[in-house]
Amino acid sequence: MRPFALERPTDLANACRISTGTGQGQTDAPMQFLAGGTTLLDLMKLDVLRPRIVIDLGGLAPHEPVSVGPDGLTLSAFAKMSKVAAHPTVLQHYPVLAQSLQLAASSQLRNMATLGGNVLQKTRCPYFRDPSWKACNKRVPGSGCTAITAFNRNHAILGIDAACISQYPGDFAVALIALDARVNLTGPRGSRSIAFADLHTAANGAPHLETTLRPGEIITAFHVPAGEWLRRSLYVKIRDRASYEFAIASAAVALNLEGDTVKEVRIGLGGMAYRPWRAREAEAYLTGKPLTQAAAESAASAALSGAKTHGHNDYKPALAGQTIVRALLEAQSLQLAPGEA
Amino acid sequence: MPNFTRRSVLTAGVAIAGASAQPLLAREQAPEKSVPVEGMTSGVKLNINGKAHALTLDSRTTLLDTLREHVHLTGTKKGCDQGQCGACTVLIDGERILSCLTLAATVQGKEIQTIEGLAGPGGKLHPMQQAFIDQDAFQCGYCTPGQILSAVACVAEGHAKTDDEIREYMSGNLCRCGAYPKIVAAIKQARGQVGEG
Repeated sequence: MRPFALERPTDLANACRISTGTGQGQTDAPMQFLAGGTTLLDLMKLDVLRPRIVIDLGGLAPHEPVSVGPDGLTLSAFAKMSKVAAHPTVLQHYPVLAQSLQLAASSQLRNMATLGGNVLQKTRCPYFRDPSWKACNKRVPGSGCTAITAFNRNHAILGIDAACISQYPGDFAVALIALDARVNLTGPRGSRSIAFADLHTAANGAPHLETTLRPGEIITAFHVPAGEWLRRSLYVKIRDRASYEFAIASAAVALNLEGDTVKEVRIGLGGMAYRPWRAREAEAYLTGKPLTQAAAESAASAALSGAKTHGHNDYKPALAGQTIVRALLEAQSLQLAPGEA
Repeated sequence: MPNFTRRSVLTAGVAIAGASAQPLLAREQAPEKSVPVEGMTSGVKLNINGKAHALTLDSRTTLLDTLREHVHLTGTKKGCDQGQCGACTVLIDGERILSCLTLAATVQGKEIQTIEGLAGPGGKLHPMQQAFIDQDAFQCGYCTPGQILSAVACVAEGHAKTDDEIREYMSGNLCRCGAYPKIVAAIKQARGQVGEG
């Protein structure tokens, strides 16, 4: 790990004031925020991130992890994943959120990682994580992409371009994007709120730019709107081992049924896309139709119509399609508590 | 007769190897001078197993390296050093975390518990330690301190009710000897004897 100065602000205003060097969404900015540290310190040890100044957000005044209101849920970005995953309201009324957190990482990592840090976690692409590979456009802009022609079994099939086929690894973000969450930000120039879908940028030939965060901006909270679809919501995560592993395909589904007809459906996809992915084509296909196996399969095909594979990940469209179908049909067959039907 | 322990021999061996390798390393690293950064070293106060420690540490120092290299509590093990194996698990304010991905300076004012702080007064083993011995829940023993601390927290969290739940909530601690079935047995033995949250 390279030397750095550690700043430990005790309030948000001060953290924003000293943080203008965090850059405009680029991967390797000279100043980095430290939340849980589970991504940042790992990548600093690997020499992928080389900040000169690290701003520890752990000293900020504690925030209420979860606030429940009539219009939805507000989650502190500084809350630990384990705390939110175990919160009674989240467990009971926002099952897809709770499951996306419970099925991520390990107990230790969930006790460390914050929600804000979690959504900003970096890709697990081995060519990004190892600087001895010269070509990685995300790490060294313009250097090329090793993964496109190398071992790319767990690389993305949606949202990729010729510059980068890396995969967004998170679970929680997949639920957030399905649920139309918003993100509250505070920075040196004040506070603002953006759609979660606008937080992560598309590859766009410039994969080293990962977010729309402005210099010094800190994610302070997530707002998840309440909705009929939440009662019938779940997160299906497919992975190489039963626990403590990143997804090779995942789906967050929230479903509002009228009889067997789909009134509203929200579908987020993980383990297959460049960034947290919303399957709007599949949602549009299903809305107003009876939810049958055949309809779910057609919706999955619509979601994956733009999929592009690179050899080792040729298996992914089939697995991804089955994951979407399974999540939809499992959501349909959920037995709702009395009075919730 | 000098009192040789395995550790004193190992430490001496490392010192000798380090001395002979130094000129070569110094030559190779000479061109790449690291530019000093302001505020690199600072005073850090830690509460470890109920005892206060005042240390001067480089900002980069992880809690794991602090425990092993500065406080000489070597029960906490370095496995992958990347947050993937769980060997470095310690408890912070009673919650299990990975000391390899935690900067020492960020856990000041908190209660840090390591495997050395688990036994009772007079060295009486914690029920979880005794259970690991009774159930033969290890072979090489390298992951064991992390397994035991993680297991103590797993029971305290209320996540040790069934075998499946134990496996799920202990999945952050890898055991390459494959002692998993006996680790589950040890946790089941101890869960009735230790506090549940």
